[in-house]
Order: sequence, then C-alpha cells, then structure tokens
Amino acid sequence: MSSIGLLIILALYVSILFYVAHWAEKRSHSKWTNNPYIYSFSLAVYCTAWTYYGSIGLAANSGLSYLPIYVGPIIIIPTWMIILKRIIRISRVNKISSIADFISLRYGNSRFLGALVTMICIFGIVPYIALQLKSISDTFHIVTKTQSSSNIFNDTTTYVCLALALFASYYGTRYVDASEKKRGIVTAVAIESILKLVFFLIIGIYVTYFVFDGFGDIYNQASVLENFHKKNTIGGLSESINWFFLCVLSMFAIFLLPRQFHTSIIENNKETHIRTAIWLFPLYLLLFNVFVFPIAWGGNILFQGKGFNSDTYSLLIPQFYNKNYLTVLVFLGGFSAAISMIIVSSIALATMLSNNLLIPYGFIGSLENSSQEKNSKRILNSRKIGIFLLIILAYAIYKIFALEYSLVSIGLVAFVIIAQLAPAFFGALFWKRGSKNGAVTGIIIGFAICCYTLLAPYAIGITKSTSLFIQEGPWGISLLKPFQLFGLDYLDPIPHAVFWSLLLNMMSYAAISVSFRGNYRERNYAEMFVDIDKYITNHENAFVWKGTAYITDIQKVLQRFLGEERTKRALTIFNLKYNIDKNITTADARFIKFAENLLTGHIGTASAKILISSVIKEDKISLPEVLRILEESKENIIINKKLTDTSNELKQISEQLKNANQELIDKDIQKDEFLDTVTHELRTPITAIRAASEILHDDEDIPEELKKRFLQNIISESDRLNRLIDKILDLEKFETGKQKLYLSKNNISKTIKSTVESVKQLILNKNITIEFLQSNLEIKAFYDEERLIQVIHNLLSNAIKFSAESDGKITISITENAQEVEVQIHNNGKGIKEEDFEAIFDKFYQSRNQNVKKPIGSGLGLAICKQIIEHHKGKIWAKRTTETGATFIFTLPNYNTTESTER
Amino acid sequence: MRKILIVDDEPNIVMSLEYTFKKNNFEVFIARDGQEALDILQKQLPDIIILDVMMPMVDGFATLEQIKKDERLQNCKVIFLSAKNKEKDIEKGLSLGANLYVVKPFSVKKLVEQVHDLLQ
Repeated sequence: MSSIGLLIILALYVSILFYVAHWAEKRSHSKWTNNPYIYSFSLAVYCTAWTYYGSIGLAANSGLSYLPIYVGPIIIIPTWMIILKRIIRISRVNKISSIADFISLRYGNSRFLGALVTMICIFGIVPYIALQLKSISDTFHIVTKTQSSSNIFNDTTTYVCLALALFASYYGTRYVDASEKKRGIVTAVAIESILKLVFFLIIGIYVTYFVFDGFGDIYNQASVLENFHKKNTIGGLSESINWFFLCVLSMFAIFLLPRQFHTSIIENNKETHIRTAIWLFPLYLLLFNVFVFPIAWGGNILFQGKGFNSDTYSLLIPQFYNKNYLTVLVFLGGFSAAISMIIVSSIALATMLSNNLLIPYGFIGSLENSSQEKNSKRILNSRKIGIFLLIILAYAIYKIFALEYSLVSIGLVAFVIIAQLAPAFFGALFWKRGSKNGAVTGIIIGFAICCYTLLAPYAIGITKSTSLFIQEGPWGISLLKPFQLFGLDYLDPIPHAVFWSLLLNMMSYAAISVSFRGNYRERNYAEMFVDIDKYITNHENAFVWKGTAYITDIQKVLQRFLGEERTKRALTIFNLKYNIDKNITTADARFIKFAENLLTGHIGTASAKILISSVIKEDKISLPEVLRILEESKENIIINKKLTDTSNELKQISEQLKNANQELIDKDIQKDEFLDTVTHELRTPITAIRAASEILHDDEDIPEELKKRFLQNIISESDRLNRLIDKILDLEKFETGKQKLYLSKNNISKTIKSTVESVKQLILNKNITIEFLQSNLEIKAFYDEERLIQVIHNLLSNAIKFSAESDGKITISITENAQEVEVQIHNNGKGIKEEDFEAIFDKFYQSRNQNVKKPIGSGLGLAICKQIIEHHKGKIWAKRTTETGATFIFTLPNYNTTESTER
Repeated sequence: MRKILIVDDEPNIVMSLEYTFKKNNFEVFIARDGQEALDILQKQLPDIIILDVMMPMVDGFATLEQIKKDERLQNCKVIFLSAKNKEKDIEKGLSLGANLYVVKPFSVKKLVEQVHDLLQ
C-alpha cells in the first residue's frame, strides 16, 4: 500500500467523521444523537489503541494478563446504577465540567486542589496521548512498509496531529459553558467505537477461521510453543494478587480517567441511559476480547522466532497473506481507537487546564472587567489553545522520547497516576468527614510514591535492569528498592506501585481528614455530595452562607460572562423557582449558590467562587453553626416533603370522595329508575284488577261467562301482584346482604332432575323434548339447594317460554373441572338479541323481542338468579353462540376448592 | 258508529276496555304494541285512540309521533293511558299532541265519559 493511497483513505475517513460530527451537532435534540446506545458506545472510548493493538501484544508475550483491564470494569459496572447516577446528579446540579471541578468543589471550592488534580491528569494522560500518536505512526509505516522519518514535515503523524487538533478544538469548544453537551463529538466517538469493534471482529474471524481452523486449531498449535502453559495459567497466590490489583486499578480507571468522566458524566443526557450502558458496555468489552487470544497466539505461531513486534500482529497477519484491504481495515480500526481517545482526552484536559489552572491562577483578573463578548472569546480561545498545546505536547513527547515501551506499560502507568485521585473522589461521594487537606496530602503522597516506584525506574530505563538504583536501592538500602519497597518482593512493578501508592494515599487522606477538621465550606459541600438525592430538586437550599450581598453586584459579574439577556432570564427563573419578590435587593445563600453555578460551567468552580466572593461580604461561620443550619435545612426539606405528601394524600382522598359521590349519584339514579319501574309493574296488575272489578260492580247485565272471565282476571292479576312483591323483597334481601345462604353438600344432577320434574306439566303443554346430558354423573357442590332450585327453575321457565313453538327442545348439560362446576341450559328458540346480552341480568329488563305475546314475567327473575349465583361465588352469563337458540350458563366453585377454603 | 283503537300490551286491561267500549256502541280495534297500532291505522281511521306508554318495541310516545305525521289522522283524538304518573311524563305526553293523559289505575266509567267529552 502506498503512503499516498493510505493518506487519501485516511483523509476520506476523517472527513466522514467530521461530517458525522457536524450532522449530529445540528441535530443535537434528535433521537438519533440522543439515545442510550450512542451514550453506551461513546463509553467505549475506553478501548484505545492499547486495547486494539496492545492487548494482543500482551497476550502474545505474557498470556492472560491482558484481561484484568476489562474484568475490572465489568465487575464494577453494575454499581453504576447507584454510583454513576449519584455522580451525574451532583455534576448536573453543580454544573461541573470535569473531574477536577468535581473534586475541588467537594473540598470547599479549593482552587489548589482543582489545579493539583488537573496537573495529575495532564501528567498521566499526555504521555498516554503520545502513545496513541506513536501507534498511529507505527501502524502507518507497517501498512505502507515505510520507515518513519525524523523530519517532522515528512512524518504523516504530524499532519494527523494537526487535523485532530483542529477537529477537537473546533467541535470541543462550541460552547463557553463547558458543562454543555457536545453531541457532535459524542456521536462521532460512538460511531468510531462501533467501527473499531467491527473491524477488530473481522480480523479476529479472519485469523481464527480463515488463516487457522477455528479456536481449537490455534490452541493445539500454540500449546506446543514454549511457555504456553506457564503464560496462560494464573500461577499461585502472588500471581492472583497481581491480578487483583490490576482489576482494582481498572475499576478506578473507568470512573477517573478524564475521558471516561467526560463521556459518562458530562455528556450524559439522561440518567436512564445508564440502564442500557450497564449491559451494553460490558458486552462490548467482552466482544472485544473474544479474538485477542486467537490473534495473539496465531501471530506467535506464524511469526515464531522472527522477532516482530507482537503489538502489530493484527496488521502483520493479513499483510503476510497479502490481504491489503483487510490490513487497511484493521489500520482504520486502530486509527479510530487512537483518535477518539486523543480527541476526548484533549477536550477534557483542555477544559480542566483552562477552568482549573489557567483562569483561577492566571487571567481571572482580566476577566473581571471585560465585556461578555471579550470574556467568552478569551475563555474559548484559551481552551482551543489548550487542546492544541496538549496535542502538540503529546506529539513532542512522542517525537523526542521516541517511547520505547510497549503500549500496555505506558497505559498502565497512566492508570496508576490517575488512580491517585480515587480516595479523594470516592471519599467525596461517601464520606462526609473527608477534608481538603486530607485529599491534597493523599494525592501528593500517592503521586510521590508512583514517581518513586514507577516513573523514576521507567525514566532511568527499565531495560537497564543492571541499574544499581533498581537492583540495590538508593545508597544500597535494600528496603528502598523501588520495585520491592519495604521488602515486598512478590508483586510485579505495576501492582506493586498500585499497592503502595494507594495504601499510603488512602491512609494519609483518612488520617489527616480525621485529625484536622476541614472548614465549613467543605463540610457544606460534603453534605450536598453525599446526600445528593435529598437535595436534587432544590440544592441551592443546602448551601450555607452568611453575610451581606447585593443582587445588582452579583448581576454585574454574571453579565460579564452570560451577557445581559441570559442573566436576566436566569434571574427570572430563579425568582420563579423560589417564589422571590423581584424587588428584593439583597442576595441570600440560595442566590449566591445559584450565581456560582451559572459561572461554573464557564470558568470552573474555583474561579466562580473567587469572582462572586469579590463582590460580596461574607461573615465567618463556625463549623457547629454550619452543621446546625444544615440540620435545619434538612428538617425543612423533610417538612416540605411531608407537606407535599400530605397534600398528595388530600388530593387522593378528595379524588376518592369525588368517585364515591359519583357512585352515590349513579346509585341514586339507578334507585329512581328502579322505583319507577317497580311502581309501573305494581300498577299494571292493579289497573287490570280495578277495571275488571269496576265492570263487575257497575254492570248488572253482564253475561255469566264473561263475569267468570273477569273474576279469573282479578285472581290471576292478584297472584301476579303477590309474586312481584315476593321477588322484590327477595332481591332487596340479596342486595342488602340480609339474605342468608344455607350451604350444604348436594348432588347437582339430583337438584336439576327434581326441578325439571316440577315444571313437567309446562313442558308437556308446549310439547317440548328435554335432554339432560350426563344426568347420572355424581357431581357434588356446596350450595343452598332451595336457592339453586330457584335459579334452575327460572332458567328452565325462560327456556320453556322462549323455545321454538313447534319441536321445542331444551338441552341441559353439566361439566366439571378442578375449579368449578358448570351447568348449561340451552333452548332452540329465537335466541338472544345482541343488544340484550349486556342488560339481560338487569332488574326489570324485558327483552323487546317478546312482543308476540307478553310473557308472564316480572323482569326480576334473572336479576335474582345473578344475585343467588354470585352469593355462591359463581358466575352466570348468556353465551354468544352461532347456533340457534339461547344458552344460559352458570358456574359454582368446585366442591373441593370450596371445602378447602371453608376449612 | 264511532271507532276506537285500543293499544296496550296487557291483555287483561285490554279485555276490560274492549268490553266497556263495545257496550258503549264503539267499533273496537285492538293492538298489542305501537307497530301493530300503526299497521291497523293504515287501514282504519278511528275517531279516538287509547294509547299505553310503556310497551315493547315501539312505545306510546314514539307511536304518537308517527300518528302526528300522518295527515289522514289529523282529526283523530288521542288519550294516553299510562302507569307513568310523573309530571314530566304527563307534560311530555301532552306536548307531543295528546288530547288527554290518564293515569293508571283509572276508572272505566270516567274514561268513557272523557272519551265522550272529547268526541262532542
């Protein structure tokens, strides 16, 4: 592959990324850029060229030790649901824009601590960036089969560097407020993450299945190589402890690395995106590691004894088989991994550099008196220059020191340096007593130990193992040997440094924090960080401050950074949120915290505090007073919460009352309708009786036969009246619960048979055939026999009444399952009209299709049946069927289930 | 001979009315619901209709509305006969154009008098 050709491909590739970033920036609210998957994939900026190339090298040279870097995060990621959520909340409400901001704010807005954290990060990460550049350069030369040139104008890396610096400084500094989301960068990084994984999987599959014959084949061939078994087993206790420390190290790294903090916290749009990330990101790491081992050992088998750099096996293998396009794909994947790391890291570092080092220690004074436009420009420029400087610095390191160490070792050194922030960082989340002095001491001591046990030996040159300093310790004191400090001789250099630096870091952090109390501001923020969930909605309330301050003074400061209009808008929002009269001139604690927050995104926490403090007069508060105020504000919050709870309860109760009232109204309407129908139904027989009696009374010459018929009318109507009254009373008893059931164990077939017997005459009159299926079945159930007879009688009467005029037929069947007994009564009449299904069991509902001849019914029969069956905990309904006729079904709970519940 | 149409779904009440009006020299027609009444009215032109309100299918109110639409029946008197004795029912019946609203139970003698009065 020629250099020019590859450069053109690179230029094309980078311009596509530019385009993606540009496109995403414009659509920063669309769901394409704002979804949990983009978030999760952007986290994979964790996998740099180190993962892409370095873990292959490590696996080839020392077996399994490439794994802990991924095992650590996978172990700790489930806790993100709690820890990451908390960090995100703290950062969101306080407008935090970097890990330096986060730590310095917690320890009382400490300018020094912010600067210290920034320096640690730069110290750890810039060489790491240099390493990414080196990997781009090395792999470029492998693909093009050229040699690197010492002339920087002939070196491709120079131009790659410049392009990256331009890209990052343009898209990384779009907003003065550094806590703003940068969708363009994030989307581009997420896309790169997908690409590098896909390309890596492609080469993995190629090596495993095309070069070799699957995993088994590689294993078989590799297992005969020298040291295979020794490299690929975790040997003994000391090896396990090494593993353990590497896991711990990478657990910390996933939180603390500036690029991880940036993608997972600052660029998090929604807390719920974590839910996707906690499965997708570990899955990503697992997928990435599936083929590391086959490629590494595949390379070992192919290039045995040739002394190639094992880091580059993934390029050498396809090249060896003349698969140019594959080689280029792999190169692009590695390039993606490197540049996404460089871009995100340089943005994160530049923000820290400007907000936590340059502004608070440098040009804060000049910002105080300039206009908003000038200030914004200056802040942005400082960040742009910062990004440029950092990338150029990394380039210089790469060029000057020519970095001889493999990708993994420098990456791990960076991890160890960054891990020094762990005690202060996690202390900030969980321990209220942690103090600024403790944090500072811990970090400095930890860093010093790192320097002694790791950086110094590396600087002298690890290759010169003959060095007296390493072999015998300074001045021949063997206890001080940098790799075996105090005689600890069974750990590898990295775990060894992790152990001593973190141990002493943690101990000094804890000891100083416990021995010397921090100032009230630290204590105040400790409260806000640790109990963030309590303060999430009105965190300004938790800020303790006493003194004199005027809103106009603070407003002037705000205007210098936000401009007039945004300041005004922010003030209006604040007044609305806390219900404050806009005519009040003095600022309270809440307003001061609010103003500091507005500035924090622009110039960092420490500078924000300095600027606001310069226009207000603060009274000293003693620590006990702070604690008292905090206690009160906590109580207030609790009271507030109680009030909201009570008001919610009241709302609920009033809702229930409303519903109950509506129910009563509905019942009232139902009752009215019922009474209406009852009076109508009662008046009808009375009317007939009255009319007949009147005729009999007044008319003397009425024929004898007619006289008898009128008298017969009177009798039957009186009976009807009486039946009606009985049924109404019956129903009323059921509905008010006064009706008692006398349950006993009965045979349902027998009950049905005897009921059929009682209506035999009616059946004979209408010439109906009656079929009773399974009539001999002995099915027992608990029921009140007299009441059930009433139900069956009613259903049978209806069936008789409505069955076909000629060839009428009624079919009765009983079935039983584990839960219930079911009785069906079918007649072959006209069937039930669709409109009747719903209302057929209502009181006084009489179907309109009865017009042929008014049936002798009260309209209460089915309503009573329903009551009886439901009092037996059964169900009754009319079945919709396609066959002609009507089917009524009722169920009773099975004898067994009834019995078992009765016990 | 005067013609009367009795519309009610209660056979026993109809029987009393039929007997009474026949005795009073009316030609009596009987319908058991609104639809049947409308069918009879196609062929017959009674002088007076006695109409129950609560009936299956087409009720009394709906029947009267149909009657009022028929020009031939403009001079036909209508008496509602109903167990619905609420003021709003009576008002509704009269507003639809009935000449009288008689509440059940009623006096047969008095009803005959009222019919005679209406037909004078």
